[in-house]
Amino acid sequence: MATREIVSPLPGVFYQRPSPDDPVYKSEGDTVAVGDVIGLVEVMKSFHPIASDVAGTVVRYLTDNEDAVMAGQALIEIEE
Amino acid sequence: MIKKLLIANRGEIAVRIIRAARELGIETVQVHSTADADSLAVKMADVAVEVGPPQAAKSYLNTEAILHAAKEHSVDAIHPGYGFFSENADFVDAVVDAGMVFVGPSGDTIRRMGDKVAARQAAMEAGVPTVPGSAGRIGDMEEAREIARQTGFPVMIKAAAGGGGRGIRVVENIEQFDREAPQASAEALAAFGDGGLYLERFIGRSRHVEVQVLGDGERAVHLYERECSLQRRRQKVWEEAPSTALSAQVREDLCAAAIRLTEAVQYRGAGTIEFLYDDQSGEYVFIEMNTRIQVEHPVSELITGIDLIREMILIAGGERLAFEQKDIQVRGHAIEVRINAEDPAKDFMPFPGTITGVSLPGGPGVRFDGMIYPGYSIPPFYDSLLGKLIVWDSSRERAIERLKRALGEMSIEGVTTTRSLFAALADAPDVRSGAVDTRWLEGWLEDNADHLWQ
Repeated sequence: MATREIVSPLPGVFYQRPSPDDPVYKSEGDTVAVGDVIGLVEVMKSFHPIASDVAGTVVRYLTDNEDAVMAGQALIEIEE
Repeated sequence: MIKKLLIANRGEIAVRIIRAARELGIETVQVHSTADADSLAVKMADVAVEVGPPQAAKSYLNTEAILHAAKEHSVDAIHPGYGFFSENADFVDAVVDAGMVFVGPSGDTIRRMGDKVAARQAAMEAGVPTVPGSAGRIGDMEEAREIARQTGFPVMIKAAAGGGGRGIRVVENIEQFDREAPQASAEALAAFGDGGLYLERFIGRSRHVEVQVLGDGERAVHLYERECSLQRRRQKVWEEAPSTALSAQVREDLCAAAIRLTEAVQYRGAGTIEFLYDDQSGEYVFIEMNTRIQVEHPVSELITGIDLIREMILIAGGERLAFEQKDIQVRGHAIEVRINAEDPAKDFMPFPGTITGVSLPGGPGVRFDGMIYPGYSIPPFYDSLLGKLIVWDSSRERAIERLKRALGEMSIEGVTTTRSLFAALADAPDVRSGAVDTRWLEGWLEDNADHLWQ
């Protein structure tokens, strides 16, 4: 099975959950469908949902919650 | 008297405050995050102090680090600008407890007027008309859903600690409410350090008209109104003064209502009373009071000749209002457009990057309040505002022509900006005739997407 990384299209701050009181979008072992939101990137005060373009199973997040990210940085690893 | 002022903000407003302070002979201390070490405000200030990492919650919203910097450099006062701590009563109390002056109203005034629910109560008591909605701040999402159902859709979700349009969403049904309310709360928490929400009935066609006020704690004056109806996703993009929609009688009533509320709460400093105005009925309703300086303050400065940042600092230093209402006269017309690092052709996608070249407009009646210079890298962590182009002329028609001329002279290379939006808007017949409301721009954007290529 191949693994794929979903990268941030934007620089900003990465969030693994929709709001601080909510559970994370995905956990290790969760199933991911194409179009599933795996996190948010906050860039210039606007929140951009990051959707998966592959289907598979979550291996792990590659960026911590609330970490600064560069455009092109890997956010999550998914096993197809 | 204030001798040394700390600026607890960044970007163009920090630069604006440094300029006002310098003209008053006041020393400036600029706090900044690691991401803003190369900012213009840091270069211009007498002293710069790093207070934390890029994320605002850890730097510009870090009370301990900011107060530490203030004490270390023995400042007398802290100017909050807009956003960040500008409407945070606990921060104000902490500043005062530390023996310094907060440039703005008291913590108690901010608590009352900054909490939109209590503000509505104050407005009602001052005889100012208000909008129906939730009786107070919503505790949890279950309660919020129930109140949304009762108020009836469409409903506006607003941040209790908010202002400036951040964290405000209009939702059409309960499914959309479930999706958007948590995001609204997250945005509010990120922007203001408080995720509390309240709900208000959404009012369809109306104009956004707001009155600029200045108070010294006892007496208040107004600097007439601004109209900010051109908005996208509830963010103002083009503001002007005066409003062309108001009759002389409505203007007088509206400004008098604003003064009643300002004096009723013994307001000290610069503030704005926001209203929705319906041209059909001639009715206006209070929406909120912003207890801070606003982004669009320059248009009021240009039509009245009063420097609002200077007056804020003087009032904070203990002076009384320097003028009577009769001394404040409107002359001509002013327009401000927000030059944001966003791509209008790609649904206003934020566009952080490095500025390779800047050519700013000049000549009569043109002002640019900005923070950009060649080689400046725009950090992705804060808002997208690069600067504000403000023009003044003897009439609105002439001001629009002057705006077009100034936009033509302006070039910002290396990043995409909203310049092309304003060049197109300045030629739009509805903008030229003033036939707009707060929903007009979004409709126009859908119809004119191809005019927005640079």
